[in-house]
Amino acid sequence: MKFSEKWLREWINPPVDTQTLGEQLTFIGLEVDEIVSAAPEMKGVVVARIVNIQQHPDADRLRVCEVDAGQEDLLQVVCGAPNARAGLTTVLAQVGGRLPDGTKLKKAKLRGQVSMGMLCSAMELGLSEERDGIMELPEDAPPGTDLIEYLELDDSIIEIELTPDRGDCLSIRGIARDLSARNDLPLQAHEIEEAQVQGEAQHPVTVDVKSACARYAGRMLTDIKPGCASPGWMVERLRHAGIRSISPAVDITNYVMQELGQPMHAFDADKLQGGIQVRLAAAGERLVLLDGREVELDEQTTVIADDRGPIGIAGIMGGESTAVDENTTNIFFESALFLPEEIAGKPRRYASHTESAHRFERGVDPAGQREALEYATQLMSAIAGGKAGPVQDWQEASRMPSRVGVLVRRSRLSRVLGITPEPDVVATIFTRLGITNEMREDGWQVTAPSYRYDLAIEEDYIEEVARILGYDALPRTSPTHRPVLRAVPETVVSPLASKRLLVSRGYQEVITYSFVEATRQQLLRPDLTALPLANPISSELGVMRTTLVGGLIATLQRNVARQNSAMALFETGLRFLPNESGKPEAELDDYLSATHGDDQQSDAGVRQQNVIAGLVAGRRQVENWNADDSDADFYAIKSDIEALFDQANGVDVRFVPTDLAMLHPGQRAGIQVNGLQVGYVGALNPALQQALDLDVMPLVFEMSQHALALSRVPRARPMSRFPQVRRDIALLVDESVSYQDIVDVIRKQAPAILQDVRLFDVYQGEKVAEGKKSMALGLILQEFSRTLEDKEVEQVVAGIVAALDVAHGAILRV
Amino acid sequence: MSLDLDSLISEAGQMVGDTASLDALEGVRVELLGKKGRLTGVLKSIGSLPPEEKPAAGQAVNKAKQAVQALIDDRRVVLEQAALAEKLSADALDITLPGSGAPAGGLHPITLTIERISALFGQLGFETAIGPEIEDDYHNFEALNIPAHHPARAMHDTFYFDVNRLLRTHTSSVQIRYMKSVEPPLRVIAPGRVYRCDSDMTHSPMFHQIEGLLVDRDIALTDLMGHLEQFLKLFFDQDECDIRFRPSYFPFTEPSAEVDIRINKGPWIEVLGSGIVHPSVFRSVGIDTEAFTGYAFGIGVERMAMLRYGVTDLRQFFENDLRFLSQFH
Repeated sequence: MKFSEKWLREWINPPVDTQTLGEQLTFIGLEVDEIVSAAPEMKGVVVARIVNIQQHPDADRLRVCEVDAGQEDLLQVVCGAPNARAGLTTVLAQVGGRLPDGTKLKKAKLRGQVSMGMLCSAMELGLSEERDGIMELPEDAPPGTDLIEYLELDDSIIEIELTPDRGDCLSIRGIARDLSARNDLPLQAHEIEEAQVQGEAQHPVTVDVKSACARYAGRMLTDIKPGCASPGWMVERLRHAGIRSISPAVDITNYVMQELGQPMHAFDADKLQGGIQVRLAAAGERLVLLDGREVELDEQTTVIADDRGPIGIAGIMGGESTAVDENTTNIFFESALFLPEEIAGKPRRYASHTESAHRFERGVDPAGQREALEYATQLMSAIAGGKAGPVQDWQEASRMPSRVGVLVRRSRLSRVLGITPEPDVVATIFTRLGITNEMREDGWQVTAPSYRYDLAIEEDYIEEVARILGYDALPRTSPTHRPVLRAVPETVVSPLASKRLLVSRGYQEVITYSFVEATRQQLLRPDLTALPLANPISSELGVMRTTLVGGLIATLQRNVARQNSAMALFETGLRFLPNESGKPEAELDDYLSATHGDDQQSDAGVRQQNVIAGLVAGRRQVENWNADDSDADFYAIKSDIEALFDQANGVDVRFVPTDLAMLHPGQRAGIQVNGLQVGYVGALNPALQQALDLDVMPLVFEMSQHALALSRVPRARPMSRFPQVRRDIALLVDESVSYQDIVDVIRKQAPAILQDVRLFDVYQGEKVAEGKKSMALGLILQEFSRTLEDKEVEQVVAGIVAALDVAHGAILRV
Repeated sequence: MSLDLDSLISEAGQMVGDTASLDALEGVRVELLGKKGRLTGVLKSIGSLPPEEKPAAGQAVNKAKQAVQALIDDRRVVLEQAALAEKLSADALDITLPGSGAPAGGLHPITLTIERISALFGQLGFETAIGPEIEDDYHNFEALNIPAHHPARAMHDTFYFDVNRLLRTHTSSVQIRYMKSVEPPLRVIAPGRVYRCDSDMTHSPMFHQIEGLLVDRDIALTDLMGHLEQFLKLFFDQDECDIRFRPSYFPFTEPSAEVDIRINKGPWIEVLGSGIVHPSVFRSVGIDTEAFTGYAFGIGVERMAMLRYGVTDLRQFFENDLRFLSQFH
């Protein structure tokens, strides 16, 4: 809400300067966004009246005016504006003066005619955006008066940002009330006299929608003078509020709304066909709004209608067909109370976030309709005369918002605020805010005023006390705390430990959006259906991610475009797998079991799985004089995953075959922990290179964070004091036999004395037959209580070799 | 004989002094003191002397042996030191060449900020909780005293999936889940991603918040202000950080306060919203409003990180340009 400081000071005038006033507003919760000067920078600009006007002898489009600028002699001024005419009161920038754009005015000759200054348009004075001839001021504006003074431009425009609970401050009066409490000053209330009823004219009104409309007041004003202009001060104050002047009737409704907070509407009574009805729209009814748009109404919408159909959407915007115009002589003013529940959602539905809708949505004072009507009548009579008919005031008592009394306990106030103010101070704050209050032994019995929709419970009133006292006036304290020790589980690896481990292995953490472009994600995981957003920002961010790898690939691409082709990235976060989405490769469940939660969250029908994903591209090591310059390969990224699991104790991690299509068929593995699938690792499938438009083919992994967290408390074992024995064997096996196959057999076959198996060479090439490979293993043997004898060792090794022969046809190379 | 020995010792001194290496010295030692060495030969020749001369001769030879041994030992020390010096000199490296091996990567500045904030509140006994990002209307709005059609919903620009499911607009939803599972008194923070349907220079459709919640017997507005003021001063590491609390409105707190900070008398910047937990929220999770009061706050993580690290464009956090990210480690 934007308003003129002077206007506010008519209601409350604390002895502080503009800036302090602004701070006061901010500190009582009416946050000031901006304070700007109302007056454009100008000098020597005065009210002037054109007394005579003649065609310029040598220029078709110019005229020569004799202007009364309040001086003894008339001044000659040349003017090209089409609306210049004798008798017009307008604005003269005098010789020696300056316009807001910096133009300095000098005595000039235009086509041979002397011009003592320039008649100005509102745009030239920085008062309007529109170029529509020279300014037209009301006839009674006294020539020679400084324009800044006349228009009260010596003012500031204060813009505040209101929270949605403070609909009562969408008016000058409302803001003044808060300031009255803050400064402990009485409100300079404006007495609004009831207009003398001069005519019998009434317009029939029937209200059918009692749920939406609690009060409908109105009045006829007949025989007003057509074609009048709004007074300059009103136009200016509206301009300061960001409202454009339209016509006296419309300006007055806006002015009253701005000052008192009551939205109003003016109908041209002669355009109404029969009585006014407040009713629900019929489906499909159409209405051309004041702004020229035609809308189709739905059956939930309350409209104002006449016999021909809707003439306005209740509380939101009037219709074009009954709008007042320059010929209007009979007006029906509407001053109604539409209820917030009714208005909610409608401004969005009809794309009409009007000032009126904004106020009704937040709650308008149920006691203010008649007062607003009288105020509007008073203003209208002053501008355009007319005869006021009797006030028509329909009310539905059962729908009128009511205010219930509450006891504010002194003990509760102290407990919530942490301070104990003097009872009188509290009572004064309540009183200044219009809250009726009665002091009791244990507190205050209070009732909110009609205009405060936000005061309902004890805490609401407690906040009022703190707000007006000012939070800055309250002390800062620390609550007493009886700390208890919390468990430090050793069976969980913290997510931060995993992140730090990757960081120490050269990975950079990234954070990418949780919503992604559907088609590209589909390329990676055609087997999973992503959850689409109903209202995405753009299709680029249209669906929830089913994998974090997509974001990592996008990050890779973006950085490759910046000449950075070697990188290791990781991200942690949720991926979203709708229940109907298909089976994700990770079975191990989700954060659900890892954190606090109640039953409701599983109802979302979507698994929100906390995963960690990584990507490696380009060189294994950064460029270095002493480093290997080979590219990172499957075993490099696998070692990172192994390192992650090395942080845990007692977990069984396996790399098993997978058929995940996004990965290279020969370089991909599923990751299994304690027999459960928890993720995958591999080279991105080269088949995707073109579709994804990749210059560099990365290796990726993705797995459940929960799986990484699994651990158990280490159990120390005694160590043997006797020497280890190592026996190396080289095995010749089929290419298709995996290392895991070999190890599984060895482990199964070997007695307890086999401590470790170390693979130290894998060879394929000239020295072994086609389709075969050689694997060299070191077997580490040790007995706990004695030194092993050679014979025993030979036996164990022979047993292992025999078992491998049986299982995989392994031949011992000699 | 004694003359012989003297000249032998003197000759030995010459020989030892001439050696240039430990090997040569060993050769000299063998030549003089070895089994077939010259002094050994002299010693053996004593056997042929008359018995009365033997003791004196023996003594003289032994003395000579010791003298020669001493010469050799001294020379050995010199040669060993020289050999070591030579080896060390040969092994010398250009210690300014870069070390081999991979340099460390880094954590994202948002993670750094969240960890720092968590560490500060951890000292006050706050534990960390997380919650789902796809939420239902109940946890994100209803239970937080934001019924349907509440004007506060318009402040949220919510991403929806359908009538009931949405992307959480704040981490406050975790408050509800936590209070339903943990009995007060409680202290918890909940960091995480939140989403609003808004994207421009100063808004990102995804950003991070840290929710804080403290419920105990007597928690007052002054406690909230005390804790948050301590926190902000420590987070920004400086006393030149002005903090102001101003009344605001959140449906789930009453009274509510917004907190602005100003560093080195710059402009005021809003960094968090807070307040005393609204009784309706306690009722929706079954906490006795007379037995307990509490405070809650929500910190904008990006805002904090921007102020802390001098980041001027919010969008940089999610563009993941490595030239930007590498500045944080």
